[in-house]
Amino acid sequence: MSGFLVNASLISLLTLIAILALRLHRLFAVVMLSGAFSLVAATLFVVLDAVDVAFTEAAVGAGISSILALATLSLVPAEEKPHSIAFVPAFLALATALMLAVAVTDLPAFGDVNAPIHNHVAPEFIKGSAEDIGIPNVVTSVLASYRGYDTLGETVVIFTAAIAVLLVLGGYTRPHRRKIKSRKKGEDKNAG
Amino acid sequence: MQDDSVIRVVSKVMIPTVMLFALYVQFHGDYGPGGGFQAGVIFASAFVLNAMIFGLNRGRHVWPANLNLLAICAGVLLYGLTGIASLFLGANYLDYDVLGATAKSGQHIGILLVEFGVGLTVASVMVALFFTFAGRLTHIRLMSKMQAHEEASPPASKTKTKAKKAGGRS
Repeated sequence: MSGFLVNASLISLLTLIAILALRLHRLFAVVMLSGAFSLVAATLFVVLDAVDVAFTEAAVGAGISSILALATLSLVPAEEKPHSIAFVPAFLALATALMLAVAVTDLPAFGDVNAPIHNHVAPEFIKGSAEDIGIPNVVTSVLASYRGYDTLGETVVIFTAAIAVLLVLGGYTRPHRRKIKSRKKGEDKNAG
Repeated sequence: MQDDSVIRVVSKVMIPTVMLFALYVQFHGDYGPGGGFQAGVIFASAFVLNAMIFGLNRGRHVWPANLNLLAICAGVLLYGLTGIASLFLGANYLDYDVLGATAKSGQHIGILLVEFGVGLTVASVMVALFFTFAGRLTHIRLMSKMQAHEEASPPASKTKTKAKKAGGRS
């Protein structure tokens, strides 16, 4: 019963924050609300015993993302432009939400031992993590050893994203000084 | 914010604590929740805090850009080379069994190395992203200041309009 109360209050808090973030036009408040959303989601993950995911959500979603959004906020106007409701996207989103809600009733119950996901490779991983790898945290042994390729791929994705951002925003080069000089030269040529 | 002594003193105490906690999360990931991704983000947040309190220039001084780029690449390389090492020792790619004396110790060493690679890349990527995003404002201000300076000095009339056009675009 207490578990139900905790879940219900957390989910209603999530919904409230999401609706507020949609309704508000002050971008600073929206950034703060998205951080709060991540923090509440992290709490929900802790309730679901997914501590590693909660950890990541709290650190990345509530921490670094909010800071990056704040850094972006210093470059853009403080208020969102008012706009009318886009009906077609709203209809599509509502229809998708409805379909997902219907599909949820078909899912196996949370923690069901007979659910397909718990009978595929999971027993092998849980047994092997203790016997073959000798690591108590099954999440780490799956992430780094059993699914080492996937984690390598994720690391390369982060690497590629960083290289792309650095190339586009050019935080580490100082081309403007040279650029202006060369532009001046070009203009001198044009003038002459 | 840089003049607030309370924030400065508290953050001076917080920054080493945050870094120590990141190292704990990094190297205790085998036994408790955590691992390279989380530890990297926490470690980066110490540098972000430092740059937010003491200014971007001092933050860049503490963690230079060249070193940061090197760290981004070194993390991915460490991950990939761990796999190559197990290839050379006669096992499959990223099969850590052969890295140690026994299969279990090999797995320990492999996971430690791989997680450290992930942590290194994630931490330096987060620092790079923050410095890039936060540096945009000073970058843009510098650009407009230089343009204003250019317009203030008396050039030919043709150059003036061109500089204005360029300013509108950037």
